[in-house]
Amino acid sequence: MLSPSNTIGETGATLMVWTAVTLIATPFLWLSGDLLWYGWHQLSINFVVSVPQNAGREGGIGPILVSTGLIMTVCMAVAMPIGLGTALFLSEYTQNDQVSGRLIRGSLDVLAGVPSIVFGLFGNAFFCQLLGLGFSILSGGLTLACMVLPILIRTVEESFRAIAQDQRLSAAALGISQRATIQHILLPAAIPGVLVGCILGLGRAMAETAALIFTSGYVDRMPTSLMDSGRALSIHIYDLAMNVAGGNSNAYTTALVLIGLLLIINLSASWITKKWTTLNQLPS
Amino acid sequence: MILSSNNISSHSKTDLHVLWSLQVFAVVAGSLLVLVIGFILRESWPALSRLGLTRLFTDPGWFPTEHSYQLTPIIGGTMLAACGSILLAAPLGILSALFCHFYAPPLLGKWYRHMIELLAGIPSVVFGFWGLVVLVPLVASWHPPGPSLLAGILILTLMILPTIMLITHSSIAQVPSAYIHSATALGLSRWAVIWHIVLPVSRIGMLTGVFLGLARALGETMAILMVCGNVVQLPSHLFDPIRTLTANIALEMAYALGHHRSVLFMSGLVLMGLVLCFVSVAEALRHKANHAIAK
Repeated sequence: MLSPSNTIGETGATLMVWTAVTLIATPFLWLSGDLLWYGWHQLSINFVVSVPQNAGREGGIGPILVSTGLIMTVCMAVAMPIGLGTALFLSEYTQNDQVSGRLIRGSLDVLAGVPSIVFGLFGNAFFCQLLGLGFSILSGGLTLACMVLPILIRTVEESFRAIAQDQRLSAAALGISQRATIQHILLPAAIPGVLVGCILGLGRAMAETAALIFTSGYVDRMPTSLMDSGRALSIHIYDLAMNVAGGNSNAYTTALVLIGLLLIINLSASWITKKWTTLNQLPS
Repeated sequence: MILSSNNISSHSKTDLHVLWSLQVFAVVAGSLLVLVIGFILRESWPALSRLGLTRLFTDPGWFPTEHSYQLTPIIGGTMLAACGSILLAAPLGILSALFCHFYAPPLLGKWYRHMIELLAGIPSVVFGFWGLVVLVPLVASWHPPGPSLLAGILILTLMILPTIMLITHSSIAQVPSAYIHSATALGLSRWAVIWHIVLPVSRIGMLTGVFLGLARALGETMAILMVCGNVVQLPSHLFDPIRTLTANIALEMAYALGHHRSVLFMSGLVLMGLVLCFVSVAEALRHKANHAIAK
């Protein structure tokens, strides 16, 4: 901390900084206060499991939670193997300056910057129309999988690279095959990082709306298969707020559920990271 | 890393299988970008080849049912909303990063940073919903109609501020403390140290944050769709409703057919081009900053 001296400019600067901070803190507290105030009193087990009625004005979000869960499951089931495989390839078989690695990494970096609505357009053209999946949970999940791959691969690759080189060298010196090295040495050591990557990807997928509007659709019935259209939590909030007069109170509660889920997801990611770093720092 | 070619101990069959399958995954992940760009191009090709880019600016207006596709007011609205929010978010973000480092008591600074991280985690649809329910009536009571460029700018500011603040925060943390200590020892006041030393040294990091914020503001869909009113027009003042490129796609994709649909894909292509420009500028700046620190 530096000591302030009492000139006019100094006081002005201090005033400016504190004003800026108040200007940001106020809407944040207002927003979170609003969500808790209007959302909390409706939140109950019944709200979470029951079916939406009257276009969502009454009733709960049961089928919407199920659809969200299915979309996330499809997303992670596709993104995890591809992400894990690519991360392993990047960390174990390419060096930083190698062309193949640089190409893949570069294209993933660019992919991470593509706006979500463009992923929605792509998903609509590729999964819904070309592959003939239509507006379905499967299309939505696959679109989200494309979207979360960059962040997943980045985190998982870093956790593989963090493993000490000694371990690979000792395995090689013992004549252990690379498959066994990956399976028995690298994967167990990188499990926390892999988990964190998946959790972060899941968080990003769950917060997404724009990519789902015209891939997984609006239908708020209980889905019976992956080819059914299903409404995600975020789309439910959008629909209640924009298209349903009098849907605000249910929208507040749904928003509270969504933010609660995201908080759990992010807290567990940082808990794992913390646990992992303290474990790694123990003398071995 | 152990390269397979250098690794004499393992040329077994299973190892080759592992390598091949990993390569397949990597190729899938690496070609995803080409696939995305390819498909957007393919879908916008009818419009690109038959209508051409110039009609986006010379048609009489945006009347898709009458095959008139002028995007000027929509592109203008997008730019105004993004630039307006950057003008607000950049100073606020930089000031709050300074607050955490130099002004706040340690505990308060930590809490404030956590608060900004939480703000970054709020989904855009929740921002949009809150904007619609709270901010729009507030703007309307000041000056009707309410859903407006101003409401959009304010919501976007809240959304991109965390990006700018967190990146500035980490680039300020990299300013060598020797600089700050020696300046303080020379008797410079707190603001003088910030103005003459901290800000110049961390300016590249700040610029990176601003460009990433701009990219995020341009690509943002839900929040802006919910608070901006979505009227296709060039706004004459802050209280006029506008429509952005992203909102236009989200609103009309559901029923667009033929050329209309193709034009929407083309506007997606334009949007992606703009966003990727800003992201690559930010990446180049980050690269430069890393090199400067490594020296």
